[in-house]
Amino acid sequence: MIVKDAVCPFCGCLCDDIEVEVEEGRVIAVTNACELGTKKFMGEERLKGPILRDGNEWKDITCEEAIRYAADMLLSAERPLLYGWSGTHGEAQCVGVHMAELVRGVIDNTSSVCHGPSILAIQEVGHPGCTLGVVKNRADLVIYWGSNPIDAHPRHLSRYTRYAEGFFLENAFRDRKVIVIDVRKTETANIADEFVQIKPGGDYAVLSALRAIVQGKTETIPRTVAGVTREQLVRVANLCKGAKFGAVYFGLGLTMTRGKYKNIRNAIELVSELSRHTKFTISAMRGHYNVYGSNEVNTWMTGYPFGIDFSRGIAFYNPGETTAVDILARKECDAALIVGSDPAAHFPRRCLEHLAEIPVVQLDPYPNATTAFCNVQIPVAVTGIDAEGTAYRMDGVPIRTRRVLSTDYPSDREVLSRMYALMQEAKGQ
Amino acid sequence: MSELLIRNACVIDPLRGINAETMDIAIRDGRIVEEVSGAAEVIDAHGMLTLPGGVDSHTHICGTKVNFGRYMSPEDMRAGRTPRRGPMHATSGYSVPTTYGNSYRYSVMGYTTLLEGAMAPLEARHTHEEFLYTPLQDTMANVLFDGNWGIMEAIRDGDTKRVAAIIAWTLRAVKGFAIKLTNPGGTEAWQWGKNVSCIRDPVPYFEVTPAEIIRSIVEANELLHLPHSVHLHCNNLGTPGNYTCTLGSLGLIPDLNPKRQTLYATHVQFHAYGGSDWRDICSKSEPIANFVNMRPQIVMDMGQVMFGRTTTMTADGPMEFNLYRLHHEKWSNHDVELETGSGIIPVMYRRKNLVNSIMWAIGLELALLTKSPWQCLLTTDNPNGAPFVRYPEIIGLLMSKRCRDAEFATIHPDTASRVPLPAIERELDWYEIAVMTRAGQARALGIQDLGKGHLGPGADADVAIYPLRIDEVDPSVDYRKVVDAFSRTEYTIKRGRVVARRGECLVDGSNATFWVSPKVSEAYDMGKDPDFIEKFDRYYTVRMRNYPVQEEYLNRNRCIETEADI
Repeated sequence: MIVKDAVCPFCGCLCDDIEVEVEEGRVIAVTNACELGTKKFMGEERLKGPILRDGNEWKDITCEEAIRYAADMLLSAERPLLYGWSGTHGEAQCVGVHMAELVRGVIDNTSSVCHGPSILAIQEVGHPGCTLGVVKNRADLVIYWGSNPIDAHPRHLSRYTRYAEGFFLENAFRDRKVIVIDVRKTETANIADEFVQIKPGGDYAVLSALRAIVQGKTETIPRTVAGVTREQLVRVANLCKGAKFGAVYFGLGLTMTRGKYKNIRNAIELVSELSRHTKFTISAMRGHYNVYGSNEVNTWMTGYPFGIDFSRGIAFYNPGETTAVDILARKECDAALIVGSDPAAHFPRRCLEHLAEIPVVQLDPYPNATTAFCNVQIPVAVTGIDAEGTAYRMDGVPIRTRRVLSTDYPSDREVLSRMYALMQEAKGQ
Repeated sequence: MSELLIRNACVIDPLRGINAETMDIAIRDGRIVEEVSGAAEVIDAHGMLTLPGGVDSHTHICGTKVNFGRYMSPEDMRAGRTPRRGPMHATSGYSVPTTYGNSYRYSVMGYTTLLEGAMAPLEARHTHEEFLYTPLQDTMANVLFDGNWGIMEAIRDGDTKRVAAIIAWTLRAVKGFAIKLTNPGGTEAWQWGKNVSCIRDPVPYFEVTPAEIIRSIVEANELLHLPHSVHLHCNNLGTPGNYTCTLGSLGLIPDLNPKRQTLYATHVQFHAYGGSDWRDICSKSEPIANFVNMRPQIVMDMGQVMFGRTTTMTADGPMEFNLYRLHHEKWSNHDVELETGSGIIPVMYRRKNLVNSIMWAIGLELALLTKSPWQCLLTTDNPNGAPFVRYPEIIGLLMSKRCRDAEFATIHPDTASRVPLPAIERELDWYEIAVMTRAGQARALGIQDLGKGHLGPGADADVAIYPLRIDEVDPSVDYRKVVDAFSRTEYTIKRGRVVARRGECLVDGSNATFWVSPKVSEAYDMGKDPDFIEKFDRYYTVRMRNYPVQEEYLNRNRCIETEADI
């Protein structure tokens, strides 16, 4: 059987043109997906069923028992953390918010260690953006800043920019210029028309210099800015002003380096400035296929995109205080439910030391680094493979993922709904 | 079977011509019936003002841009928060509340049906997801067709039937309710950073004018026999002198439908400005209201501005950019491929500001100068003019000259020379307010036959009982009592259940979504049209099979099927 137009649950490109060939309950071939997506569809070894830590051993338990364990853990916790969410569908994320509200916990998603600073910048100055198709059809200038799509979002170039067909471009490959701005010559820089190499930590200064040039203050620019010559800066600024439609895509190379959210704020203000001359947009290269969906769900349900603390009944948001890393580093958290992410692979050591001290339940199909910190792990169906549900592409376009296989694994939504029902019952609701 | 009897209600039910009659209302299984058994639960309304559940025919509550308004505004989220309490979830937000915040606050004010004013088809699934978490109102969404490539090409080719066919396919695919045009042509021009100034400017590349878009889509709307008319946000919003553009747009509209208007012009306050720049801006509510008074084919809503902080959000991207350049606040923009766009900025309307004071006056003037309340409905274009929680204050202003004069004394002193408001003596009565907040809205939307906006047998049992005896209160004098009563129902009844009482919501609820599925002939089925399919495949970034919104996104499915003439 061949499933057409399947949706790839890997990165924020959320490619929805994948063909998956299935035989005897297994994926045997994947067409159109990139290497990363293909690997995900082809599957890795999954856990067979829920497991419980028993001394130094793992013991098999039933799903019922695992769900009961998790519900009891959350109900008896004083400061529970519900973390992850970027690797699951929106329907499950909604249940997660209700659970956090019920037990007065903290709910946070992976953006607090990823594009969180980008969100803070947007909360200061807004976000002039657009859907990916607008760029595909119109942009004659694309800038990748601190992002390397060839490795991280391999089809971004072919579906939306460098190699994509565009309605208003006669010969899209020739007529569309690509600029890469980075601290090192990445694979993506090799296919760019212009590469701007910045000394590490110099992004903010380069953004400020470009803003000054766009405002007509070229004479204030020194001979070089963070290793970039004035001539090149002027050339880039002129390319921007001369474009009919320009699009900036930035990655963690801008968000998580020196300056952090101030870099993003400066980049957005550059784009706002350019919007007075021509059409310009800016967007983040979001990582997980549904990290943006997690921000969206949290926002319509609580008012905030991540780092929400319900300990006083109301939704309270203060990144740096109510975000997962901080709650763990301060050793406040006394139980953690992890869904659709792998914090042990990304969090600072201090956080993991505390994670090792407290009960942890993880919903994840695969054994991962966080498994070592778990008391219970419940393997669930993979959204986009054996579960369906809503995901939001990096530009905010919501797509319903398809189920390409049937398995006996329950979906995140099913497991969480059963957990929530037990918790409501215990709370007498 | 569940039965409920509301006794001794003082009922105003304009769609049935009932004006302040004391009567009983019988409800069985969520619908109004002639009578119920003796076992029915009884609510004694003690002669309190009892109206059909409120209907908001133009509000922004759910979807991509609304959520982005929340996302970018933690300061607004902090400005209105409540904890989880009983069946009520926690809420955040003042001008752009969370979905539960919207739902509870509307319910407490007696509103039971809401129309989301603007949904981009590509992102429709998002709007429907948020509807699922708006539990205490029935919902429906206008679909944006202002910059739709396929439609503009069909208009260029003079093929109105194809225009209708594309609309039919899209409405069905995205589970939309009606056609919305926001700055027609302007949203496409804005994807080049440009705009159209009024209805005669051609759209870049497509070479059609807003006037052609409006006329052709109005015809297509009637070919499809949609319940609602075309819902128009005119070109050139918010600029001095724009009233001529508005009159030009309204002048394009023939009278094509005997049951309802042919055009719904939304938030007309923002389109009724005279003068040539910000220094000499003045009210042109009189020519607009006079024009509408002579044309039954037009219904408008006020788009009232109230002083204070709010968030503006619209598909009209270029207008928001202009606002950004005026206010220098944060600015978001989101263009949507092949379809439309949107923009958001926070604003503060100040009574010390002359332009804001004039805007405030114009909204009220439109309502007071339009003779028939059925032709000018009460809205703020929530949250653009003000958050919907300000509606009761607007009712107070419309019902009391004394209230208006007291407010007028506090605004910019030069306002009096720019607006006719101080000279208007009219005070609206209870019946007119009932028209402007439910009956007129239901009729304009074309949902009265679906049981909305009235209390006749067979209607949905959506009822609002306000703690107010209209035989004891003179709204002209006691306007504060009026404002208080409309702020908080004694009972809000949705689908036959009491969902809110004295400011508290009592049940978790679940919404019904109304959407339209026009039936067209094989030849006009765009799902099988090779040219349509090919363009979709080449220029959208979502596959055509992944575009339609599945039924999983509807709690209760109220599909309206129409027989199209194509």
